[in-house]
Amino acid sequence: MSDFLSSLPLFSPFVEFAFMRRALAGCLALSLGATPIGVFLMLRRMSLAGDAMSHAILPGAAIGYLIAGLSLPAMTIGGLVAGLAVALLAGGVARNTVIKEDTSLATFYLLSLSAGVLIISLRGSSVDLLHVLFGSVLALDDPALLLLGAFASLSIVALAVGLRLFVLEACDPSFLARISRLSPLAHYGFMVLLVLNLVAGFHALGTLMAVGIMILPAAAARLWVCNVAPLLLLASATAFAGSLAGLLLSYHINLPAGPAIVLTLGAIYLLSLALGPLGPLASRWRSGWHFER
Amino acid sequence: MGGRCAVPAVERHPLGARVNLLGHPQGEALLRFDNLTLGYNRHPAVHHLHGEIASGSLLAVVGPNGAGKSTLLKAIAGELRPLQGSIERSHLDRRQIAYLTQQASLDQSFPIVVHDFVAMGLWREIGAFFGLGRDRRRRVHAAIDRVGLHGLENRPIGSLSGGQLQRALFARVMLQDAPLVLLDEPYGAIDAASVRDLATLVRQWHDEGRTVIAVLHDLAHVREEYPEALLLARELVARGTPADVLSDANLQRARQRAEGHGDDTQAAVCRVDREAA
Repeated sequence: MSDFLSSLPLFSPFVEFAFMRRALAGCLALSLGATPIGVFLMLRRMSLAGDAMSHAILPGAAIGYLIAGLSLPAMTIGGLVAGLAVALLAGGVARNTVIKEDTSLATFYLLSLSAGVLIISLRGSSVDLLHVLFGSVLALDDPALLLLGAFASLSIVALAVGLRLFVLEACDPSFLARISRLSPLAHYGFMVLLVLNLVAGFHALGTLMAVGIMILPAAAARLWVCNVAPLLLLASATAFAGSLAGLLLSYHINLPAGPAIVLTLGAIYLLSLALGPLGPLASRWRSGWHFER
Repeated sequence: MGGRCAVPAVERHPLGARVNLLGHPQGEALLRFDNLTLGYNRHPAVHHLHGEIASGSLLAVVGPNGAGKSTLLKAIAGELRPLQGSIERSHLDRRQIAYLTQQASLDQSFPIVVHDFVAMGLWREIGAFFGLGRDRRRRVHAAIDRVGLHGLENRPIGSLSGGQLQRALFARVMLQDAPLVLLDEPYGAIDAASVRDLATLVRQWHDEGRTVIAVLHDLAHVREEYPEALLLARELVARGTPADVLSDANLQRARQRAEGHGDDTQAAVCRVDREAA
């Protein structure tokens, strides 16, 4: 197999360099774990909330960094704590005051983000800040890969077990609340999965772009299919294909890997807008066709 | 009256006093209201309901806009806590009530096909984790056929017309197999053929011994289809057979009460949220 691959110059970097293989493995974990969560973010109309949450984990990671340096467990635990705290606080305020959900989330994530930047700039260097903001997909070591793999596995199992719950919570939340006691579990369970995957994504792509591998493949896939199961599969496949192409692009024309991956995913989305049967162009150009949204 | 909020009493109709809303001869009381006052943000929308609804009733709730019909249904479903008084649901868990609201929280752009959507009505049997199995799949198909959506099983719900979506919602209610069915203006924006089809389904539920309470606006439909009606205008105006309840005098009185309430001098004492119902 590797002989075959090394005969293809395009794929030779994965044969020659371990860091490229690691990056690809990390992206595979994110495609399987984080992208399905992105599909549900999209279906729940929470795409921007996901983005806000990704900023919210910054101060936790920063405090972890302050205490233990560039330590994977410390920054991971910090990120999880900060993310969950913001999710719970924002949810609590939205349910109990006149402040609505979006504003509530914005307030807490802004607090969290500014605290994080403050902490990093007080004690760290700009290099550290870049690492946290933009990730280091080409520098994933064994523990980081294990973490990404573990979070992805956990996420897949949770989604598989609770799929019906998550689908109904996204599709018809008040019906779920009426027929089941599990409605709060669906909501908060989803937020936990979101934070988990954002923390995993932040190690590879940084807090600014972790959401990229969640939302872009989801949105692209939505333009092609109209049922949840194929949507999840297509989104994951798109995420992995985009990551692969992005990594190769970054290697061959010497671009930073994180943005190259997210930009490739963005390009796939734009292409889907143009070609996807549920896109705006398809329905206009081929008006004779009948598409079911 | 009114507890925290002193709304001057509109002269109470004699029937509004301690009487049974319905004296259904067959069943025992499924719901019992005791001095039930409902509202939002401490503003009452329905006042001092007393009485019972017997098991197996087929009851139409009618009244002008803002009369508190939807509010009453919401309270029966357990989604609105009474401001005063109580609702007793005998042997009835909240989750055994099938409640079709006027504006579903349903996201119609959600990528789900009719079959999967209707199958969610089986939640009480299969919960979040169990599979459908062949037998239940058959029941889902039967329900879809019953509401006249045969052949549309694999269509996304976003592609359905208003009437078709309402049929799908009825199929979901059907699978919920609930002893108490609450329908809030179920025929709001659908054509006559759909109304006719869905009304036979409601009759079937009644024949099966379920209790059905429906908020309706079409009085002719109520006269034709419902053995019992309840006229509401912020309080009970009349109850009994539609022929008695829907008399011109009663309807006139209901309109006056719905309009008169919250205006003029009463508004100064306590502004009643007329939109709330």
